[in-house]
Amino acid sequence: MKSWIAFWNILKKDMKNYYLKPPNISWGIIFPVAWTLMFFIKSESTLGIRDILPGVMAMSILFGTTSMLAVTITFERKSCSFERLLLAPISLNVLMLSKTTGAILFGIVNAFIPVIFASFIISLSGINWFIVFAGVLLIAITSTFLGLFIAVSVNEVFEAQTFSNFFRFPMIFLCGLFIPIQSLPIIIRPLSYILPLTYGADILKETISGVGDIPIWTDFLALIVFGIILFSISVKNIKEKWIY
Amino acid sequence: MIILRNRLLERGVYMNIVEVIRLTKSYENFIAVDNIDFTIEKGEVFGFLGPNGAGKTSTINMLTGLSKVTGGNINISGIDGVKDIKKAQSIMGIIPDESNLYSEMNGFENLCFCASLYGMEKEEREKRAKELLKQFGLDNTGKKPFKAYSKGMKRKLTIAAGIIHDPKILFLDEPTTGIDVESARQIRELIVDLNKKGTTIFITTHYIEEAERLCDRIAFIVKGKIVQVGKTDELMKGVQRDKIVQFTLDDGILDIKETLQKDFSHYKFEIINDNIIRIKSKENISLTPIMKYFDEKGLSVYEAKVIRPSLEDVFVKITGIEVSKMNKKGGKK
Repeated sequence: MKSWIAFWNILKKDMKNYYLKPPNISWGIIFPVAWTLMFFIKSESTLGIRDILPGVMAMSILFGTTSMLAVTITFERKSCSFERLLLAPISLNVLMLSKTTGAILFGIVNAFIPVIFASFIISLSGINWFIVFAGVLLIAITSTFLGLFIAVSVNEVFEAQTFSNFFRFPMIFLCGLFIPIQSLPIIIRPLSYILPLTYGADILKETISGVGDIPIWTDFLALIVFGIILFSISVKNIKEKWIY
Repeated sequence: MIILRNRLLERGVYMNIVEVIRLTKSYENFIAVDNIDFTIEKGEVFGFLGPNGAGKTSTINMLTGLSKVTGGNINISGIDGVKDIKKAQSIMGIIPDESNLYSEMNGFENLCFCASLYGMEKEEREKRAKELLKQFGLDNTGKKPFKAYSKGMKRKLTIAAGIIHDPKILFLDEPTTGIDVESARQIRELIVDLNKKGTTIFITTHYIEEAERLCDRIAFIVKGKIVQVGKTDELMKGVQRDKIVQFTLDDGILDIKETLQKDFSHYKFEIINDNIIRIKSKENISLTPIMKYFDEKGLSVYEAKVIRPSLEDVFVKITGIEVSKMNKKGGKK
């Protein structure tokens, strides 16, 4: 019960102090809209909105979660206020889950902004929204934990952003969202399968556009495994680096 | 054994709230804390005094769980402070050397948030936050964010945040470093008040006068080792070998020094400046003949006082480090 009170209040504090700040709300809206328009204008003749929707959703989650988490954790670490959390009588797992839940929720909201815009333009009937939501949730969780892994590995906010891009941009091009994995050079293809976004994008492509390549249960399983691994490594790194 | 100790502690019979045994912290080839032992009694103010880099912060970080223990044991109110640090943290209040509250939140929000980390319910934490803001004279700061507070106000709010859950033991790391004189005085008063209400206090400082004023017992740490630990007054008695009386007179001391030494050959005389002289003796100093002597020489005595050793003397004697050099190094340890 005491841990739950702490969990809820850390989440509430982060939402108020970081995620619900006007610049982040506008960024959360503008970013997915910009991606949607960019792909729609660029691919008007060959691709429909429904075809690009999984890609825009996945990118919105990836960029939203990694950017926010890298900033919030690194910022608090820098200002020493993170020490206050480490000194609280709550387990490190509960603490890190409370710190990441805000980013997960932010990622989920980001994912559905392009869906809302798309719903005004095209029909989104025949989509299993339960599976879409489950996929979005798992993409948000793995992306957030990737952001956590990055935040724990650096000391400065700018380093976090730079390090994030090292992961994010290759991931976009290798996860099969815009270039099918089978079209990639054979030597690069194994890389695609060690990226969590590949499995998340496959769930969205299968459910929204009906063009998935991997069995959907494999996608879910892979994302759960990635989530557990990334979270465990991050917590281990915190124990080693921050409780020195 | 631990159960028995806890029962005794609850009844106030067992006096040690903290026991540190052979505590060591090393970083690769550097030993920051070297095999130290000490205890803190329930209800006392225990000072940890030493120059910069002596191992004060490394010790406090190990005690509070912010740093891993390389070797040794810590027992805090019957809880294993090495293996079960999260349980131990629930009865600790920790005030770091830097004010680390949330800059965007106001005082009330910061205190309520800190209380929530200890699992306090909403009503309870709001009530306690209001009480503390009033007690610390911060109740009129309104909705001002923490970042707009002065250094002294920030420090006070950080202390309030450290005691919001009514801890059994409070760890204060350099509480008055870098703040103005008036705020430092207020903080010292707050520490005394907290201690009077029964909170055990562990304080690290490099301000000798502060330790002398606040602490019941003091441990001196130098290069990672505790070189002396004891009650403040006993430590000071330990360095007093000579009785010293200081006289403040008219100018003209220099003229009478030689005859004074001849007439009172069993005393030693030390001229501090033109009108201050110190008399030293292994035995008690009889003031009447000396006063009479000054009167005969036509010198007026403005002040006569017994000079007792200060904690600074103790520190210099034990460590060989000049206090002025220690304080010049400033805030960080």
